[in-house]
Amino acid sequence: MPDDARVDELAITVIGRDRPGIIADVAEVLAGLGMNLTDSTMTRLRGHFAMTLICTGAADASPSLEDVEAAIAPLTADGSLIATVSRVHPESAPEAPGGHYVLSVHGADRLGIVASVTRGLAEFGGNITDLTTRLSNSLYVLVAELDLPAGTDVDMVHERLSAVARALGVEVTLRPAETDVL
Amino acid sequence: MTGIVDWSIEDLGVAGVVRPVVRAPDPVLAAPGEPVDPNDPEILRLAADLVATMRVSPGCVGLAAPQIGVSAQVFAVDVTGHPKARTVHGTFVLCNARLVEASQWQKGREGCMSVPDLTGDVKRAGRVVVAGALPGKSETQFTTDGFEARALQHEIDHCTGLLFLDRVAGAHAIHTRKVYL
Ligand SMILES: [Zn+2]
Repeated sequence: MPDDARVDELAITVIGRDRPGIIADVAEVLAGLGMNLTDSTMTRLRGHFAMTLICTGAADASPSLEDVEAAIAPLTADGSLIATVSRVHPESAPEAPGGHYVLSVHGADRLGIVASVTRGLAEFGGNITDLTTRLSNSLYVLVAELDLPAGTDVDMVHERLSAVARALGVEVTLRPAETDVL
Repeated sequence: MTGIVDWSIEDLGVAGVVRPVVRAPDPVLAAPGEPVDPNDPEILRLAADLVATMRVSPGCVGLAAPQIGVSAQVFAVDVTGHPKARTVHGTFVLCNARLVEASQWQKGREGCMSVPDLTGDVKRAGRVVVAGALPGKSETQFTTDGFEARALQHEIDHCTGLLFLDRVAGAHAIHTRKVYL
């Protein structure tokens, strides 16, 4: 990691009790420092506000990590929010795309569903790009978007995941992702 | 061939009973339903129960046999009055239904009485030709579109052990109905 103070990209997470204005507060702080909010995802997880984002400063006048931490500190002072700021390396060029798939898993909630299913995918080099889980009473639902390396035997992946699902007593489907170009 | 417009719930000749609706993760919802004899008196009763249960359930536009705990290829549909409906065939029940043609695919949000707290964005055919047997009658085949087509595909899925959760478009395509406060 380069030791200079210049910021390439910062990863920021904010988690806490939801209230109107959290996003505005964080975005204003970053704008005030001249940071561009590039990729971000913000959602509510069981009522908690959760935000993960990458931001970049201007090449000539980028604030230091410490400047950003100091500017965000007032938002977390009352203990209702937790924020972290970390330096990350800019993403390397994406790999040659293989196949894009959507995986659905649902069944009775039990320990280890995410661990077992994602391990089964990892054995084939499957790379999860997006994953959501929801617990609705006793129903546990996992939906993941993933890439499989070119040349992967998708039937074998499906067989492996079905075996994992049987052992867990849950249902699994793996389908090619639809990419609509309109 | 009896046309779907000639069929009515009275043709069943039996009053339906409201049955409890089962919820995921009940295994009956994941099991492929058995093909049925559309003239079996037990199937006529099942059809009447499906209609009765659908009618007392607010916002319910379709109900399949596995949803009342019966692993069979029978479902009721009625999208009458739904704002997204175009072609509407009123209340009907189909046995052993299958898609003969499907086109004009479009994404839409759907829910399910058996998954009460979640909705999902699912791509469905906006125009379908469906074949199946009307209970107490012979085979029929008809064309429909819009929301009725979506409802039919959702119910045919139930009869093969699939939920909308198995077809959601991606990780951001499931939504929580309930607001946790
Ligand atoms: Zn349903």
